[in-house]
Amino acid sequence: MMNAQTWKPGRWNYFALSRMLPNVVLTLIGLLFLIPLLWMVFASVDPGATLSLRVPDRPTADHFIQTLSDSDTRRSFLNGLVLAFGQALLVVAVAGLASYPLSRYQLRYKRSFMYVILFSTGLPITAVMVPVYQFFLYFHLQDSLLFTIVFLAASALPYSIWMMKNFMDSVPTELEEAAWVDGASVWTSLRLVVLPLMLPGVFTVGIFAFAGAWGNFLVPFILLQSPDKMPAAVTIYQYFGQNGMVQYGKLAAFSILYTFPAVALYVLGQRFMSQGFSFGGASKG
Amino acid sequence: MEALNQPVPRGRGRGFGGGEQWRAVLFLSPSWLLLLLFFFVPTALTFYFAFTNMALTGEAAMASEFVGFHNFADMFRDPGFRTAVYNTMVYLVFSAVIGQQAVGFLLAFLMNGRSRAFRSIIGSIVLAGWVAPEVVCAFVWFAFLNDSGTVNMALEAAGLKPVAWLYSFPMVSVVIANIWHGTAFSMMVFQAALGDVPKEVEEAAMIDGASAWQRLVRVVLPMIGGSVVTNMVLVTLQTLGSFTMIYALTGGGPGNATETLPVYMYHQAFVNYQLGYGTAISLTLLVIGAAASLIYMKVLKVKI
Repeated sequence: MMNAQTWKPGRWNYFALSRMLPNVVLTLIGLLFLIPLLWMVFASVDPGATLSLRVPDRPTADHFIQTLSDSDTRRSFLNGLVLAFGQALLVVAVAGLASYPLSRYQLRYKRSFMYVILFSTGLPITAVMVPVYQFFLYFHLQDSLLFTIVFLAASALPYSIWMMKNFMDSVPTELEEAAWVDGASVWTSLRLVVLPLMLPGVFTVGIFAFAGAWGNFLVPFILLQSPDKMPAAVTIYQYFGQNGMVQYGKLAAFSILYTFPAVALYVLGQRFMSQGFSFGGASKG
Repeated sequence: MEALNQPVPRGRGRGFGGGEQWRAVLFLSPSWLLLLLFFFVPTALTFYFAFTNMALTGEAAMASEFVGFHNFADMFRDPGFRTAVYNTMVYLVFSAVIGQQAVGFLLAFLMNGRSRAFRSIIGSIVLAGWVAPEVVCAFVWFAFLNDSGTVNMALEAAGLKPVAWLYSFPMVSVVIANIWHGTAFSMMVFQAALGDVPKEVEEAAMIDGASAWQRLVRVVLPMIGGSVVTNMVLVTLQTLGSFTMIYALTGGGPGNATETLPVYMYHQAFVNYQLGYGTAISLTLLVIGAAASLIYMKVLKVKI
C-alpha cells in the first residue's frame, strides 16, 4: 500500500488519528445513548432517587420488592401478559394455518392476497384507531381484554402472515411427499413433518407478536377503560403523567421490570432468526 | 395413446391433489375473517365516518348524519390542522429521515472494521433504546430533560443556567428522544448493507488513490443506495403513526407546539369528542400512509 516515497514521518500522526477518531466518535455516541438509560438503572436501586443521574450510595432492591408486592402493579403486568400471550397465540395459529396454502398451493387470488398483505404491513395502525373505537363502541366490544387481543392480533396479522409464508417456503416439500408415500394423511404430515420444521418460524413470529403487544400503548389506551384491565404500558404512563406525586425510584424499577421481557425476547428472537437481519427474507417471497 | 392426451394433473402427488381448494379455503378463512372484521372493515369505515358529524357527546352522539365534505372543509380552514401537518413534517424529517438515518449510518460506518467486542458493546447500548417499549423511552427522556434532570444538572455543574427543555424547546426534545429510540433500526439496516459491499471494491478504489471520503461518497454510498431508499420509506412509515413518544413526553404541548397528526387526531376524537372530525384526520393520515406503503412495495420490488 505504501512505498518508500510516500512514507513520511508526519503521516504517522494521520494514521494514528484516523485509527483513533472512529473509536472516539463511537464512544461519545455510545455514552450519549447510555446516560439516559443509566439514570433508570441507578434510580431503580437508589433509595433517595431523584430525576438526575447519580450513583446510589447504598443500593437497595426495595423499589423492586415494593413494585412486585403492589397488587395494582402485579395486575397490570398480568393484564399485559394476557394481552401479549393471547395475541401471540392467536397470531401464530391463524398465520400458521394461512401460510400453508399460500406457500404450497396454486391459488387463483394468491398474488392479490399477498399484495394486500404486504400493503397492509405499511399502514399506520394509529390511523385506524378512531374508526376501530367507533366500531367497538357500536358492537359493545370496548373495555374487553378479549376483543383487545383480537384487534391486536388482526393488526399484527399482515406482518405475521408475510413472515410465516416465507418460513413455510423454506420447508422442503420433499419431506411431506415422502410422508404421503408412506401413507400419512395431509393432517398427519402437517403435524408430524411440517410443524416441527416450522418451529423456528413459529417462535420468531410468536416472539415478534408478543413483543409488539407487550410494548403497545395506544391500542389498550383507547380500547380499554377500566383501571383494573390496563396493562403495564398504560400504568407506567399514568404514573409519570401525574407529575410530582411520583416516587421516581419505584417507577424506574417498574420500568425495568416491564422492559426486561422485551429485551429477553429480543435476544431469544435473534437466535431463531438464523438468516440475520436483512431484507433477504422478504424478497424471497 | 389416450392417456398421453390427458391433462397433466396440477398437484404433485396425493396431498396437493383433490382436496386442495377446500383445504385452502379452510386454512385461509380464519385469517380472512380476522383481517376483514377487525382491520379492513374499520379501515373502510374511516371513509364513511369521515363524512359524518359523529360525536361522543351531545346531539350528534345520538344520531350522526352525513355531512359531506364538511369535515374536510373544516380541516383546511383549521389552523390547528395546519400546525399538526407542519409538526408532523418537522418530526418526520428531522427525527427519522435525517436524524435516525444519519446517526444510524454513522454508527454502522464507524463500526465497520472495529473489534467485535467494541462493536457489540456500542451496538447493544443503541439497541437497548430500540428494544425498550416506547413508554419507557418516553419516561427515560422525561427524566433526562426534566427541570431537575440529568441535562440540567450537567449544565449547572458547568456553571450554566438550567433550561426547561420540554417547555422551551419541545420539538427539539421530542425529535432527539425519537432519534435515540429509533436509530438502532437504521443502524442494523446499514450494517447489513455495508456488510454486503465487497471488500475488493473498496480496496480497488483505495489502490486507485481514492481518499476515504471519495470511497464513501463515490463507492460505498452508491452501492448501498437501495438499502438507504428502503430504509427511508420504512422509518417514514414507522414515524408517521408514532403517537406514544410525543403523547407521553409533551402531550402535544405546550400549546400545540408538538401536536403531530396522530396526537391531533387523538385530541379531536377523544378529548373534544368530535369522532367524525377525528376520523377525517385519520383518513388524511391513512392516505399518506397508504401512499408511503405503495412506495415501499415499489422499492422493495418483491416477486410474489
